[in-house]
Amino acid sequence: MTTISFRRKAADRVMKWIFYLCAFLVILPLFLIFFDLLIKGAKELKLTLLVDLPRPVGEPGGGIANGIVGTLVITLMTMLWSVPTAVMCGIYLAEYGKGRFASAVRFAADTMTGVPSIIMGIFGYILLVLPMKRFSAWAGAAALSMIFIPVVVRTTEEMLRTVPMTVREAALALGIARWKTTLRITVRTAWPGILTGILLAMARILGETAPLLFTTLGNQFWQSRLDQPMAAVPLQVFTYAISPYEDWHDKAWAGALVLITMVLVINIAARVLTRQKR
Amino acid sequence: MHRMARKTGENIKDLLFERTTGAFAFLVLFLATLLFAVLLRESLPALRKFGAAFLVTGTWDPVLEKFGALPFIYGTLVSSFLAILIALPLSVGAAIFIDEFAPPWMKTPVSFLAELLAAIPSVIYGLWGIFVLVPVLRDWFMKPVTKFLGWVPLFKGPVYGPSMLAAGVLLAIMIVPFILSVSREVLATVPQRQKEAVLSLGGTRWEMLRIVIGQHCIPGIFGATILGLGRALGETMAVTMVIGNRPEAILSLFQPGYSMAAVIANEFTEAVGDVYLSSLVLIGLILFAMTLAVNLAAKWILTKMVARASRGI
Repeated sequence: MTTISFRRKAADRVMKWIFYLCAFLVILPLFLIFFDLLIKGAKELKLTLLVDLPRPVGEPGGGIANGIVGTLVITLMTMLWSVPTAVMCGIYLAEYGKGRFASAVRFAADTMTGVPSIIMGIFGYILLVLPMKRFSAWAGAAALSMIFIPVVVRTTEEMLRTVPMTVREAALALGIARWKTTLRITVRTAWPGILTGILLAMARILGETAPLLFTTLGNQFWQSRLDQPMAAVPLQVFTYAISPYEDWHDKAWAGALVLITMVLVINIAARVLTRQKR
Repeated sequence: MHRMARKTGENIKDLLFERTTGAFAFLVLFLATLLFAVLLRESLPALRKFGAAFLVTGTWDPVLEKFGALPFIYGTLVSSFLAILIALPLSVGAAIFIDEFAPPWMKTPVSFLAELLAAIPSVIYGLWGIFVLVPVLRDWFMKPVTKFLGWVPLFKGPVYGPSMLAAGVLLAIMIVPFILSVSREVLATVPQRQKEAVLSLGGTRWEMLRIVIGQHCIPGIFGATILGLGRALGETMAVTMVIGNRPEAILSLFQPGYSMAAVIANEFTEAVGDVYLSSLVLIGLILFAMTLAVNLAAKWILTKMVARASRGI
């Protein structure tokens, strides 16, 4: 009986440990980032952070309440028109989408998903900020929807395609009209998947910063008007992080902790939702 | 008669529904076209003034209104390639670990954690980069290296911290999840019986992987890499926060650089004057074209790969 030579066996062992090491190194930054966020963010994580307005440098206290509200408002504004647009477009592509028009739409959506988000900021600036002559929550929502829509279009189409043809055929054979079949049966069957896609895209735009830099701009105060500059947590984290002040750095960490909590809650909710339904 | 009437009614509703969804599809197409048109129109003044020289000119002087994108293109390319260089072996290795070596209970948590990396907002990467990664790299890597290898142009000091290297490392962490997940998809296209064939001939696990991956996965992993590159090119916040923002093309990786996305982020709101603003939009347009080309290439490679796998070759 010959056995595997020592050299071959050793190479196998070594490579195995290299693969272990790779996996470890890939995951390591995640733990480091969470660790630092918790340690450095917890210091400022008080109730005032969530309910107070930002204060000038040197004044203790103050919070990012306007940013939290601003982020939620801008995200909701984006989704309000982006969800129906994207889902309807996805339905079109999955149910009727043959031919050149559909492939053009598909290509457009694919292209948009690859466009760097800062370019969507330029888009919002030129299209809304320049004509309106002021930074506004509207412009931010416009920029964010350019990120949100293509992602949801493609996930909606994919999810609808996983619904077996036999389901549609069965419904049609019962004499149910096609549009009713699509809405009440096909879309409903795929809905958990579509909703997951919507939630994941929502979590993504919640943390987007670059498109907001020159659309919503940020604000130190409460802002109830949507055609005015509005605060957002990612913008606050950025401003505080690149400032030279120690107490603002603490604020940046606390803001980041708030932001990552919002993003993760939505992310995990989306995953749990998919797992339950499958 | 009644049934007929109802049927026509439904037919009209069917048509209406199709047209409505089609209208939304058109809207999406329109938005994409509008995006391109807006970028093109606004970048025309700069394009007319500087022409192709814009790509190879190194001056960036808002006062004299002389603009060239070279330092930014250079910085974007170098930081992205550096990121690929670091991220590619790690993510392919991790993909192999998850699919071949990990005990069953580990597979889901490890891939879940790697996916979580993709969910972290880039401004948080930037924040972590400024306050944790940059000091660590500076004190534990860059300083010792310049001490001994300072004569190598790539490692020339003085060391500040914010640098091309810091941007590359941070970008690497950010693109790992993308390369990892595509690599796993590519690995999954390898037919099980081929793996078993190598093993049954007495090959070790590593020999099996080397043969099978060499035969099946190289184009797919290349596609995954290009996809990662597409992500890295356009990343804004994290890079802006750690690259150092100095508009010069310098060979040393330890020196501050600049990237296309970063210059847009930093200077857009301050851009007074049409030429200045237009130059920034032109940089955006070039970035748009670069990412589009890269993404199309990746998609083309991966589609070909999947088609080949489904034919069972």
